[in-house]
Amino acid sequence: MNRFLGGLFALLIALGLWQAIVSLSDVPRFILPPPALVFETWMANRALLAEHTLVTATEIALGLLIGGALGIATAMALAASEIARVTMRPVLVFTQALPVFALAPILTLWLGFGLGSKIAMAVLIIYFPITSAFFDGLMRTPSGFLDLARTMGASRSSTLWHIRVPAALPALGSGLRLAAVYAPIGAVIGEWVGSSQGLGYLMLLANGRAKTDLMFAALFTLGLLSIALYLAVNWITLAWLRRHTPGA
Amino acid sequence: MSAPGVRFAGSADHAGAPLFSGIALDLVAGGWTCLLGVSGVGKTTILRMIAGLETGATFTGTIEAADRGALEGRVAYMAQSDLLLPWATVRENVTIGARLRGERADMARADRLVAEVGLADHAGRKPHALSGGQRQRVALARTLMEDREIILLDEPFSALDARTRAEMQELAYDLLKGRTVLLVTHDPGEAARLADRIVVMTEARTVEAEPPNTPAPRAFGDPELLQAQARLMTMLRSE
Repeated sequence: MNRFLGGLFALLIALGLWQAIVSLSDVPRFILPPPALVFETWMANRALLAEHTLVTATEIALGLLIGGALGIATAMALAASEIARVTMRPVLVFTQALPVFALAPILTLWLGFGLGSKIAMAVLIIYFPITSAFFDGLMRTPSGFLDLARTMGASRSSTLWHIRVPAALPALGSGLRLAAVYAPIGAVIGEWVGSSQGLGYLMLLANGRAKTDLMFAALFTLGLLSIALYLAVNWITLAWLRRHTPGA
Repeated sequence: MSAPGVRFAGSADHAGAPLFSGIALDLVAGGWTCLLGVSGVGKTTILRMIAGLETGATFTGTIEAADRGALEGRVAYMAQSDLLLPWATVRENVTIGARLRGERADMARADRLVAEVGLADHAGRKPHALSGGQRQRVALARTLMEDREIILLDEPFSALDARTRAEMQELAYDLLKGRTVLLVTHDPGEAARLADRIVVMTEARTVEAEPPNTPAPRAFGDPELLQAQARLMTMLRSE
């Protein structure tokens, strides 16, 4: 609760500063609208914002699901097979070295202006953090567990399934929480490059028409959406981990 | 069960430097052999070699059972750390071996073993809800569940408090009856209490020491035990 109050306090200070800058500097409204106006616009346009929020939220959620599944599958393949590690790891690192944003235009060209290209962006952005977090967890199984499995005559695949995967679930949880932070970035970049819907699209549109208040309203909605998403993923993973590995 | 003796003889080196050389260790068939030594002398390495586990060292020599040679699939292992899977219940931990081999676990037997180590009421609990002593009891039940002839114990009682350790020694001695047990320990008292054969390992050499004449597990006040303990202590300190 204290953390919540602290956050609220910081937010109030930021809003106060913002209002002070607007009042004292005489900056035009289309450059920096006062917070009260942004709030007014936000309330007035809530139906419009909700409509675009739904689109962006869908992109993020599907991106998380698909990216999560791909990341989990890749990490397990890497952990299971030496050949996969030798061949795929350099590829993975190379793809991560490419700025994913640079791929947004080509993804839009290939997948069109609809959901597909945005989901692909979100997937590309979260794929590596999930793969890497889960893979690290899979490679850091306590050695005593592996010794035990060996003396029990376990096969490599059953050791992976019964010991290494469950032991790596907390690491996967960290990867998923990180992905929840990254996924909205991917979706919004995708919308900026080419779309007709979503909060990113709305921000560009508002900006282009000098409706800076609406731009800020969309930005804050995106911020709220991202925070809600993070809290949801965080809550789900922690609740699940507490059941799975209590006391850990 | 007629468990075979085990013969371990050979030398090992690690990255070119000799770890130990010319060690011969014979495990008493169906009895307790204690390998006693100070920390870092290589006791655990020997145990891990018998268990077929990675040691990072190169071994030259023989490790074989007195009857059919190969040890593969005849060995169960218990370490200082209980190695209980934190996400699994007591019952699931005890039956993990079967699941790892893709076999059906004999749940009735598992429950019986859990009851034998005194944890019948805790079968559905997870390890974090148990005390250190209870966790080692689960590890013992898991070891018994494997039903192997040769049991390798790597200081499994050393992290327990004195009373719990004494109880665990007695319980393990009772439940592992008839099996060939190697107990690696740094505690002369523990070796003197449980061993049918005692081998003392120091940097300089590996020598057999006379165990007490009384039957194990010996009472703490047993003069034979106390004398043996004193002898072992002297041997450990003389090198």
